[in-house]
Amino acid sequence: MGAENENSGIRLMRNPTEMRTSKTDLPVLLPIAQQSQRDAMLVRQEGTYRLNLNGHHLLWMVGIFVTVCGTAEAATSGALIGPLEAIFKWMSFILWGPEGALKGFALNLIISFFAMMIGTVAGAALGLMQISLLAPVRGGSWLVTQFFRNSPWLVLLFTIMFLFPFEIDLGFIVIPVPDWIKAVIGFSLPVMANISEVVRGAVKSLPSGQWESAESLAFNRRQTLWMIILPQCVKRMIPPWINWYCILAMATPLCSIMGVEESVSFTAQALNAEGDRPELIPVFYSFLMIIFFVYTYPIARWSIQLEKKFAVRT
Amino acid sequence: MNDTATGQSWTPDQPMVSITNVHKSFGDLEVLKGVSMDIMKGECICIIGPSGSGKSTLIRCVNGLNDIQQGSILVEGQEVNDPELDKLELRKKVGMVFQQYNLFPHKTALENIMMAPVHVLKQDADDVEVRARQLIKKVRLDGKESSYPGELSGGQQQRVAIARSLAMTPDVMLFDEVTAALDPETVKEVLVTIQDLAEEGMTCILVTHEMGFAREVANHIYFTDRGVIVEHGAPDTFFDDAQDPRTREFLSQIL
Repeated sequence: MGAENENSGIRLMRNPTEMRTSKTDLPVLLPIAQQSQRDAMLVRQEGTYRLNLNGHHLLWMVGIFVTVCGTAEAATSGALIGPLEAIFKWMSFILWGPEGALKGFALNLIISFFAMMIGTVAGAALGLMQISLLAPVRGGSWLVTQFFRNSPWLVLLFTIMFLFPFEIDLGFIVIPVPDWIKAVIGFSLPVMANISEVVRGAVKSLPSGQWESAESLAFNRRQTLWMIILPQCVKRMIPPWINWYCILAMATPLCSIMGVEESVSFTAQALNAEGDRPELIPVFYSFLMIIFFVYTYPIARWSIQLEKKFAVRT
Repeated sequence: MNDTATGQSWTPDQPMVSITNVHKSFGDLEVLKGVSMDIMKGECICIIGPSGSGKSTLIRCVNGLNDIQQGSILVEGQEVNDPELDKLELRKKVGMVFQQYNLFPHKTALENIMMAPVHVLKQDADDVEVRARQLIKKVRLDGKESSYPGELSGGQQQRVAIARSLAMTPDVMLFDEVTAALDPETVKEVLVTIQDLAEEGMTCILVTHEMGFAREVANHIYFTDRGVIVEHGAPDTFFDDAQDPRTREFLSQIL
């Protein structure tokens, strides 16, 4: 009977999620199917893919870098400097910009820090509004969250860039708003919306018994939330929060399109100064990719480790 | 009327909990169809019956976790079915222990017990700690003060939950199938704790599947089925001389 079912491809499933796991009849594919199901579950819980960087990615990137360097070396004619020499020449410019300027890759980091800070504070507030007992507050914050979560980052960035004045005149003082600050605001909006979802998801993921036992001990809603629910949520929120930071850090080069002088802008400038030699283009950009990887990889690993640690505790 | 609403007129010779003709529905599903019972101070009553008969819903209504559509629940003369009811005041008088323990996993056993008296009743933390340590002794968990719930067995967690509820010095304790999720060998330690309480004169309302225990500790047994009380009586008459066929069928299945 069982064998018959197996052969005809019909299987009795206990629940629909199980069905998704074992859609394949090939046993060798089962681990992959299970993995992809776990990934899908994470995406549903946190509203995003989890950066799953591992050491192989670095090997691949270094491999690409070496290959393109070799090709560029071969293409370099007599008087011109070689690819590695060119990288060394421009490295500090790409990383920090001109002496004392704190631009280039450093500006990517600065933008990511501030955008994360603003996004986290605003997102936490928005997330708490999403679990409010007042329907208008809940509905409004849900709308804001969904709007910014589902808008393309680049569109938000452009809107903020062109909507914001280049200076704010308060009458007695004129505050200039440099482009990178507009970029910070532009990036903090989608981060805010996604953190809002992370907060809401974490609160919803706690068993309702926690609310009930707090209620039956006469805690009021505010006390329940701040003393019992949220402290438990923080642990659940940290891994997706770190993950969102990594995604944000990797998205910051978007603002190079608006002329913010971060690492991609400066890489383009450096290439330009080298006479736009086509063989140098892959060398410079794969170098930049490695820089981003070296920065985000440890952070992404750390978030995976934290998650494992928390998973054991609860 | 005003007097009953505020609970001013209640005296200990009246029922501590008085449930009259309570109806409760979840959507179209009517789970309580006119249930009435009175519980006097110091009494311990057990509610038994098949699953889905509305036992848990009934005691959850007593501390306002579920609201009722019709009827009246008076706790020390205070009407629970009143939109104006101060639920926090009610819950200071009514303690509740759940099937799933529901301890706060980020707090130690001692902190779990101390939290509500300190933050809800605003009592002095040092005094509360002294009392909390006594309660831990009382539920026989000496030495587990600084353990987190995750480090305790189910039976130990449930005893912490009982102590946590007692720390609020309630007048009535509700036990909602508190041993149903426990391993058989830890059931006893929890039952002993409850028995101690009942013998000290705590007013207890238990929903339970432990018939032997019900017979031993209860002053009165209520048998519910499909949202109504089919039969009730003193333990000995109830278990040995059940009148209703439904009761007899239920008892024959489990005894």
